[in-house]
Amino acid sequence: MALDSGNTAWMLIATALVLFMTPGLAFFYGGMVRAKNVLGMLMQNFFAMGLLAVLWVLLAFTLAFGAFGNGGLIGNFDYLGFKHVGAQVIELGTNSPWMTSPLALTIPFILFAAYQMTFAIITPALITGATADRLKFGAYATFIAIWLILVYAPVAHWVFGGGWLAKLGALDFAGGAVVHINAGAAALALAILLGKRRGWPKEGMHPHSLPWTLIGTGILWFGWAGFNAGSALAADGVAAQAILNTFVAASAAMLGWVLAEWLKEGKPTTLGAASGAVAGLVAITPCAGYVGSLAAIGIGFAAGIICLLAIQLKFRFGYDDSLDVVGVHLVGGLTGALLLGFFAEKAVNPAGADGVFFGGGFTLLGHQAVASLSVLAFSLVVSLALAKVIDLVIGLRVSREDEYAGLDLSQHAETAYNFGDVASMGRIG
Amino acid sequence: MKLITAVIKPHKVDDVKEALKAVGVHGMTVDEVKGFGRQGGHTEVYRGAEYTIDLLPKVRIEAVVDDTDAEGVAEAIVEAARTGKIGDGKVWIIDVGTLVRIRTGERGSDAL
Repeated sequence: MALDSGNTAWMLIATALVLFMTPGLAFFYGGMVRAKNVLGMLMQNFFAMGLLAVLWVLLAFTLAFGAFGNGGLIGNFDYLGFKHVGAQVIELGTNSPWMTSPLALTIPFILFAAYQMTFAIITPALITGATADRLKFGAYATFIAIWLILVYAPVAHWVFGGGWLAKLGALDFAGGAVVHINAGAAALALAILLGKRRGWPKEGMHPHSLPWTLIGTGILWFGWAGFNAGSALAADGVAAQAILNTFVAASAAMLGWVLAEWLKEGKPTTLGAASGAVAGLVAITPCAGYVGSLAAIGIGFAAGIICLLAIQLKFRFGYDDSLDVVGVHLVGGLTGALLLGFFAEKAVNPAGADGVFFGGGFTLLGHQAVASLSVLAFSLVVSLALAKVIDLVIGLRVSREDEYAGLDLSQHAETAYNFGDVASMGRIG
Repeated sequence: MKLITAVIKPHKVDDVKEALKAVGVHGMTVDEVKGFGRQGGHTEVYRGAEYTIDLLPKVRIEAVVDDTDAEGVAEAIVEAARTGKIGDGKVWIIDVGTLVRIRTGERGSDAL
C-alpha cells in the first residue's frame, strides 16, 4: 500500500501524545509521594525516556517486531539497530504461517517503530508507583533496562507482533495486557521483594501535592488519546470510536470511583477523581477500538468501582504497593481485558470479534483469560527472578538513613522545594 | 521587661496585630507553628486510608514589653484572639533579663 499522508500526520501526533504521557505519569505519581521523594519519582520517570528509547532502537524493537506474525514467543534480529527500519511503507507478516493477510501499513515503517517506542517507555515507568521512596536509582535503571528486553519485548511480540497470543485470537487494542497487566505484575513482584516503606502502614505517608497529581492526570488523559486512538494506526472510523471510548470510559470510571468512596468514606476526593479517571483509561485500553460507546461507559464505570476495592488488597495481604500500581493497572488491565470478552462487537470493528453479549459465545472470553493470565504469570515470575538477581548483585533498597533522608537528597543530591532565603548555601566546588 | 508569647488561631493574626498596635506595642515576631492541645486534630482520607492529623497549624506571636504594660497587653491579645470555640490558644508571660537594640546598643526599656 502507498503512504497515506492523513494517517501519517495523525500517527506523528499520536506518537508525540503518548510520549507526553510519561511526564504526565511522573507528576501523577510525584504528587502522591512525600516531599522528600518527589524528585526521585520524577527522575525515575524522566530517565525512562532517556534509557529505554535508546535500547528500543538498539535491541528491543527487533525482539518485539522482528519475525512479525511468526505466531511464536519472540522476534528476531532483522531490525537490530533499526537496520531496514526507514521511511518505506511496508507490509508486516508477509511470511506469517497463520495470518490470513499481512498488516499493510500506510505510514512509514520508522513511524510505526517510533510510535511503539513510546509504549515501551511508559510501560516500565508505570512500575515506579509500586517502588516509591525506597528503590535505589541504580537498581531501578538496571531493572527497567533488562526488563524491557526480557519481559516487555517478548510480551509485545506475543500480542502486537503477531506472536502466539495474536495467533490464538486474543484481542488487545492498545495494550491492556502488554502494558497494564504486564507492568502491574512486575510492580507486584518488586513491591514484594523490596518490602514495605519504613513506617508503612502505620505512619502517615499521604500525598505531598495533590495539585501535581491532578496535573499529571490531565496530561495522562490527554495523551491517552494518542495511546488508544493511535493504536488504530490510521485516521479512520475505528480511531474515532477509540478516542470517544477512551474519554467516556475515563469519565464513567471517575463517576464510579467518586460515588463509591462518597458512600463509603463520606467525602468525594480529588485523589479519588484522579484515580478513577486513570482506572477507566487503563480498563478501556484493550477495548478502545473493539467496543461501542455504551459499552465503554459500562467498562469504565465498573473499573472505577473494582479498582477502588482492589487498592484495599495491599492492606489485607501486607505488600506495600505504594501508589497502587497493582490495584489500578493490574486489576484495571484485567478488568478491561476480560470485559472485552463480553462487550467486543464486530459491528464496531470487523477486525475484532463478537463477545458474549453479541452472539460470539465464550470463545473470545476464553482467549482473553489465557492472554491475561499468561502475561501476568510470565511478567511476575521473570520480574521476581530479575529483581532477586539485582538485589544480590547491587542491592535493590536504599539504606535506612537514605530512606529517612529521602530519595531526592540521598540519590540525586537535590531538594525539590527551596523556599525562603534563610538556609545558607555556600559554593564549595 | 516581660516576654509575651501567644499561640493563636491563624485567622486571628490580623486582629491581634491591630489590638497590639492599639495598646502601644511597637514590634512583634510571628511564626507559623504546629501543635495540639485540647482541640486535638482532624482526619484525612487518601484512597481509603484514613490518617489522623494531630498537629494543627497555629500562629505564635512574641513581643517584649515593659513590666507595667504586660498584663494589659496580654489582656488585649486574649480579647482579640478569642472566638469562644475550642482551640483558641494560650498566652503566657515570662521575665526577660536583658534586651539590646542591635543598631544602637541601647539596653533595657530604651531598646523597646
